[in-house]
Amino acid sequence: MKTLMKGNEAIAEAALQAGCRLFFGYPITPSTEIPEYMAKKMKRVGGTFLQAESEVAAINMVYGAAAAGERVMTATSTPGFSLMQEGVSYIFAAELPVVIVDVMRHGPGLGGLGATQADYFQLTKGGGHGDYHPIVLAPATVMEMVELTYLAFDLADEYRNPVILALEGISGQMMEPVEFMPYRPKALPPKTWAATGIGDKPKVNIVSYVLANEAGELHNLHWAKKIERMRAAEQRYDTYRMDDAEFALVAFGISGRIAESAVDILRAEGIRIGLFRPISLWPFPTDGMRKYSRIRGWLSVELSAGQMVDDVRLTVGSGTPVHFFGRQGGMTPDPEDVAEAFKMALHNELNAGGVR
Amino acid sequence: MKKYLIAGFGGQGVLFIGRILAQAGLEEDKQVTWLPSYGPEMRGGTANCSVIIAAKKIGSPIVSRPDIAVMMNTPSYKKFLPHVVPGGFMFLNSSIIPDTAALPSRADIRILRVPINEMAHEMGKDSVANIIMLGVIQAVTPVVSDAAIQAALAGISTKNHELKELNEKALNIGYQYGVSLG
Repeated sequence: MKTLMKGNEAIAEAALQAGCRLFFGYPITPSTEIPEYMAKKMKRVGGTFLQAESEVAAINMVYGAAAAGERVMTATSTPGFSLMQEGVSYIFAAELPVVIVDVMRHGPGLGGLGATQADYFQLTKGGGHGDYHPIVLAPATVMEMVELTYLAFDLADEYRNPVILALEGISGQMMEPVEFMPYRPKALPPKTWAATGIGDKPKVNIVSYVLANEAGELHNLHWAKKIERMRAAEQRYDTYRMDDAEFALVAFGISGRIAESAVDILRAEGIRIGLFRPISLWPFPTDGMRKYSRIRGWLSVELSAGQMVDDVRLTVGSGTPVHFFGRQGGMTPDPEDVAEAFKMALHNELNAGGVR
Repeated sequence: MKKYLIAGFGGQGVLFIGRILAQAGLEEDKQVTWLPSYGPEMRGGTANCSVIIAAKKIGSPIVSRPDIAVMMNTPSYKKFLPHVVPGGFMFLNSSIIPDTAALPSRADIRILRVPINEMAHEMGKDSVANIIMLGVIQAVTPVVSDAAIQAALAGISTKNHELKELNEKALNIGYQYGVSLG
């Protein structure tokens, strides 16, 4: 049965259904419905909700709980996410499965609560130190938030890697119909690596570093292999009206939805355009995007000063024009604004081919 | 696809009106989105929410050009009046928004004035003013069936029997008023 639910609450419920039994966090708008929901419901399923004294404490609690083999999550918003970066780097190095939700607010600095996607660089390029990558998933609908939360826990366990769900404040606050399909866990090996401290199994010790340079490099090479495995296997994207498209918008999350409406406006004017919507921000869906080699021009639509557009340019190469259109500071463009920006940016290409 | 924008002071139940409309859309298995305003406006004393009810998948859930606008206070009226689509509807809380030539108006949309605070006061329950407005909206611009609105309202207030009856009554009073507006 479908019910109306806020995005943040749907993520929290999906996490519980996926077997998350530990939540550590420090409330921050606009992510607060997640700890709020966990505080209400976690006890009923026999888990523990704990409000930490800070985001730094929360991410380290998550680190410890993951080392003990439990499904664990935290949720925060941009400034809190910044505070967690050291922990995320350590969690990657210790190869622990952790799910983090970043309900973005704008920046730099404290930032207001309006819609923004300006955490893209921090999310995808390694916000903390060292060569690492969390998997980053960007849902566009409340239903997709549920699906991607289920997936996030499986991916975290499968790769023993942090997985981040990234959404805009307004997406977390938005209500849409949602249905909780039964969670079916992916078949994964038991967590023999976990420091459970019980029974007569061999002692395990989870560390994030080795001091000898030679051994350190071996660690880095091992992680690099895992990064490549994730990069190859975990690219996700969705498309809208791309089948016969000559031009394309590329946008994720709430921008993806605005861009989808813009596609309809431009199609009604006879322009063959589609939308390419990355679902995994890391790994960026390069393989999927390169399938559309016939696209004569791209417009990256983002709520930032232009961040993902770099990855689009790297993906399609210098032979095809890639433009950027965005709003900042919590503002969102109307679909009509996106349509207009497209026509301005790709004016030459449109005329060269003749408007069809 | 119908787009609503409902705005007013915090505490006037604008988010709740939107919630019922969205739930009613869901009752009919339509696509719906409900989006509260979020930002300094809330602190400045105004709240608003966007609701979309559609037969097909909804792209942008943000409503900047509503078909149906519900304005519960003067600042909201002034702010959103230019944004209503031509041929659209604007429902005003005339208990608060004065009927004066000093305020801007538009001839290409239908503006309906409803004294919901007085009507609620007459009912003996000031807090149901928003439900009265919902009844008026349903009578004049029905997007979903009356049954769906009733079911949505009952579903949300089932725990409190007294409140449920009051809500039903308020919805009906608003509905009758809307019918009388033609």
